[in-house]
Amino acid sequence: MNPVLLKMLGKRLGLGFLTLAVVAVFIFSVVELLPGDVAQEVLGQSATPETVAAFRRELGLDKPPFPRFLEWAGGVLRGDFGNSLANGRPVAELVSGRLGNTLFLAGYAALIAVPLALVLGVAAALWRNTLFDRAANVAALSAVSLPEFFVAYLLVLGFSVTWNIFPSLSNIEPGASLGEKLYKAFLPALALTLVVVAHMMRMTRAAVINLLASPYIEMAKLKGLRGARIVVLHALPNALAPIVNVVAINLAYLVVGVVVVEAVFVYPGLGQLMVDSVSRRDIPVVQAAGLIFAAVYILLNLLADVVSIAGNPRLLHPR
Amino acid sequence: MKKPEIEAFIGDCKGVSRREFIRRAGLLGVAAPAAAHLFAGSALAAPKKGGVFRYGLAGASTTDTLDPGGITDFFMQSFSSGIRGELTEINHKSEILPAIAESWGAENGGKIWRFKIRRGIEFHDGRTVTPKDVAASMNHHRGEDSKSASKPYFESTKEIKIDGDYVVFSLDSGNADFPFLMADYHIPICPANDDGTMDWQSGNGTGGYVMKDFEPGVRAHAVRNPNYWKEGRAHFDEVRWLGIADVAARTNALTTGEIDAMNRCDLKTVHLLKRNSDVRILDVAGTQHYTAPMITKNAPFDNNDVRLALKYAVNREELVQKILRGHGTAGNDTPITPANRYFDSGLEQRKYDPDRARHHLKKAGLDSLSVKLSAADAAYEGAVDTATLWAESAKQCGINIEVVREPNDGYWSNVWLQKDWSMCFWGGRPTEDLMFTVAYSEGAAWNDSYWSHARFNKLLVEARAELDDSRRRELYGEMQRIVRDEGGVPVLMYANYVSAHNKKVMHDGNIAINWDGDGFKNTERWWFEG
Repeated sequence: MNPVLLKMLGKRLGLGFLTLAVVAVFIFSVVELLPGDVAQEVLGQSATPETVAAFRRELGLDKPPFPRFLEWAGGVLRGDFGNSLANGRPVAELVSGRLGNTLFLAGYAALIAVPLALVLGVAAALWRNTLFDRAANVAALSAVSLPEFFVAYLLVLGFSVTWNIFPSLSNIEPGASLGEKLYKAFLPALALTLVVVAHMMRMTRAAVINLLASPYIEMAKLKGLRGARIVVLHALPNALAPIVNVVAINLAYLVVGVVVVEAVFVYPGLGQLMVDSVSRRDIPVVQAAGLIFAAVYILLNLLADVVSIAGNPRLLHPR
Repeated sequence: MKKPEIEAFIGDCKGVSRREFIRRAGLLGVAAPAAAHLFAGSALAAPKKGGVFRYGLAGASTTDTLDPGGITDFFMQSFSSGIRGELTEINHKSEILPAIAESWGAENGGKIWRFKIRRGIEFHDGRTVTPKDVAASMNHHRGEDSKSASKPYFESTKEIKIDGDYVVFSLDSGNADFPFLMADYHIPICPANDDGTMDWQSGNGTGGYVMKDFEPGVRAHAVRNPNYWKEGRAHFDEVRWLGIADVAARTNALTTGEIDAMNRCDLKTVHLLKRNSDVRILDVAGTQHYTAPMITKNAPFDNNDVRLALKYAVNREELVQKILRGHGTAGNDTPITPANRYFDSGLEQRKYDPDRARHHLKKAGLDSLSVKLSAADAAYEGAVDTATLWAESAKQCGINIEVVREPNDGYWSNVWLQKDWSMCFWGGRPTEDLMFTVAYSEGAAWNDSYWSHARFNKLLVEARAELDDSRRRELYGEMQRIVRDEGGVPVLMYANYVSAHNKKVMHDGNIAINWDGDGFKNTERWWFEG
C-alpha cells in the first residue's frame, strides 16, 4: 500500500479513536443532564417514591456520576455495554440486531441512490441547461423538499394502498430470506433514496461542470473526443473528491437519521431504539447508540478521505 | 324488508356491536326485538378455530419488559394477558368471574380473603399451578424492594398464607373489592422459583397462547396453548402482536390487510375509516378519563370557590366534540364513569355556566382571576388544545388562563404533581375504591390535587369494607358528590376506547369495558369468521 495512505490511515484512526473518547465523555455528560431519571420514566405515572427508590437502588443510580462513567467506559473497552436499565437485557444484544437492520436498510438505499445520483449528475452535466437537466433538477429538488414522512406516506398511498404492490409494513423478522427482506424494505429504501439523491446528484453535476472549464478538458475536446468519454474518463476522476465527501455525509445520514422513515414503515432499526431509550432514560442504550452513530460518522469520513486521496495522483504522490 | 335484503343486512353487520346492530336495523325499519333476534342468529354463531391474528398496536416501547409489575402500556397489557391468566376475570357486564381461583370468600368483615385455587391448570411447560405459585405471584408485588406498579393494591395485605388448595390473604382493614383487584393484568399467575420468587423472565404462564418470540417494542408471537383450561376460548392458531407507533401506519396496515386489528384509531379520520366496507370500528365507553388536577394546598386553588369557578368555566360539550370528535362523553368532575359499577346516574351533569363561574369568583372575593395551566400532549393527545379551549371559554367568566406549554419529555416527573395546575389522564381503575384510594385519598402518592377531605376519607374506609351492595352504592354516591363539588380535579371528558378490526374478525358483541381491547382479553375471546 502507498506509504502516504498508510500514514494517513494510521493518523486518522488514532484521531478517530480520540474523537470517540471525547464523544463518549460528551454523551455521558449530556445524558446526565437530562431531567428525571430512568426509574421515574420507566415507572411513568405509576411511580411512587418507594418504587422509584427501589428501582434506583437496584440499578445503582444512587452512586455519583464519575465512578459510574469509569465503570461504563471500562466496560465499553472490553466490549461490554452493560444491561438495559428498562428491561435488563444486555445492550449489545439489543443493539446488534437493530444495527444490522439499520445497516441493511442504509446499504439497500445507498445501492439505489448512489449510482442513480452519479448517473443523473453526470448526465445532467453532459446535457446541462437542456430540458433533461432541468427536469432532473426539479424532480430531485422536489423530492428533497418534501418532508421525509410525507414522501413515505405518498409511497404507501401509491404502492400499497392503491396498487397493492409492496407492503406498507416493513416488519422484518429475524431469519427472513434476503429476497423477502429486499421486498419488504423496498418502500423505506425508496423513500430514503428520494431524500438523499438530490444532494449527491447536484454535487456531482456542479463538480463535473466546474472541471469542464479546465484547459485539459478543452485539450480533450480539441483532440476530438466524444462528450461522454470526456466527462466519464477525464472530468469525473478529478471531481471525485468533493463527490465522495458528499456521498459519505449522505451515507452517514442513512444510518443515523432515518427514525422518521423507520416509524412510518415500522422498520425495526436503531433510530427507534434510540428515541425510545432517550424518552425512557435508558442510559446504557442511549450511550451505546450514540457511540455507534459517532463511530459511523468517523469511519465514513475516513473512508471518504482515503478514496479521494487514492483517486487523486497529485495527493497520492505529493512533491 | 324482504328476506334477501335482511340477509344482506345481516352479512353486512357481522361483527358489529349489538347496540350498533340495532341502530342500523332501526335505520332499515326493523323493529328492535326482531333486530335483537337477527343479531343472535348471526354474530352468536359458534366461534371457529384457526387463523393468525395480527394485532397492530400503539403503546409498544423498546423498554417494555415481561415483568407484569412493570407493564405500563397497551402492547404489554395485551401480550401479557394473552400468555398469562389471573385469579379472577371481569366480564362485559363488569361482573367478576372465577378464573384460576375457582371460588373465594370473605371472613371477618372482608379482612380475610380465601381463594380456592382450581386444580389441574397447567403452565405452558406442563407444570401444574399450585397455591405456592399463586403466593409467589402475589409476593412479587409486595415488600420494600418491589418496584411493581400494583404495589398499592397490596398495601393493606399483612400476610399471604397457603392452606391446602387455598391461598389466604389477611388484610389490615376490610376490602370488599379484593377479588376485583385480582383480575388486574399486573398480577397474573406465574410459576414460582424454588426460592419463592416469581419467574416472569421466561414468559411461562397459564394463558391461551404460548410465547414463542418477543422483541420489546417490535413484535411478539404466540401460538395456541393446546392444554388451555378454559372451554371455548383462544380460537386463533397464532397471535402476532406488532408495535406500530404511528397511527397513519397502523391505519394503512389495517386497510391494506397487513394486520387484522388495531388500537387507538385517529379520531380525526376515523369517520373516513368507517366508510371502508372491510373495516369495523369499535367505540367502547370505558373508565378512561381526562383531568386537570389543581394542587389544593397552594393558592388560589386552596379556595373551593376558585376551583368551582374554573369547573364552571369550561365547555365540556365543546371539548367532547372538538377533542374527542364525539367519541366520549362530558366529564362530571368525578373519576367514576358510567362504566363503573357504582356510577351515580342521578348526579346532575355540570355544564358551562359563566354566571355561576362569576358567582363563585365573587364568593371567593375576587373580581377576576389569572392562573397558569401547564399542558403537554404527553398528558393525552389533545391536552394542549383542551387547555386553549378552556382559556377561551374562561375569558367570558372573567378568568384569564395562561396556557403554559410544557415539554412532553419528562412530563410525569416534572409537571404532573409538581405544577399547581396541570393536565392529566387516568386509565381508570376497575373499582371505585381503587380509583378513589389511588388518586383522591389523603396522602396517597398519586393524589394529584393534594386534596384531603375528612368526610370523604372516612367514607372511603367505610365503603371499602361494606359488603352490603345497596349501602355501598349509597356511600359511593355521596363520595362522587363530594369529589364533584369540593374536589380539586376537574374531570373534563370520559374518553371512549376507539379501535378497529377487519370484517373477518368476529366477537359476540359483548365488549368488556374494564380495559381497552375487550378487557385485554380479545386475543382469547375473539375469532375469525369461518
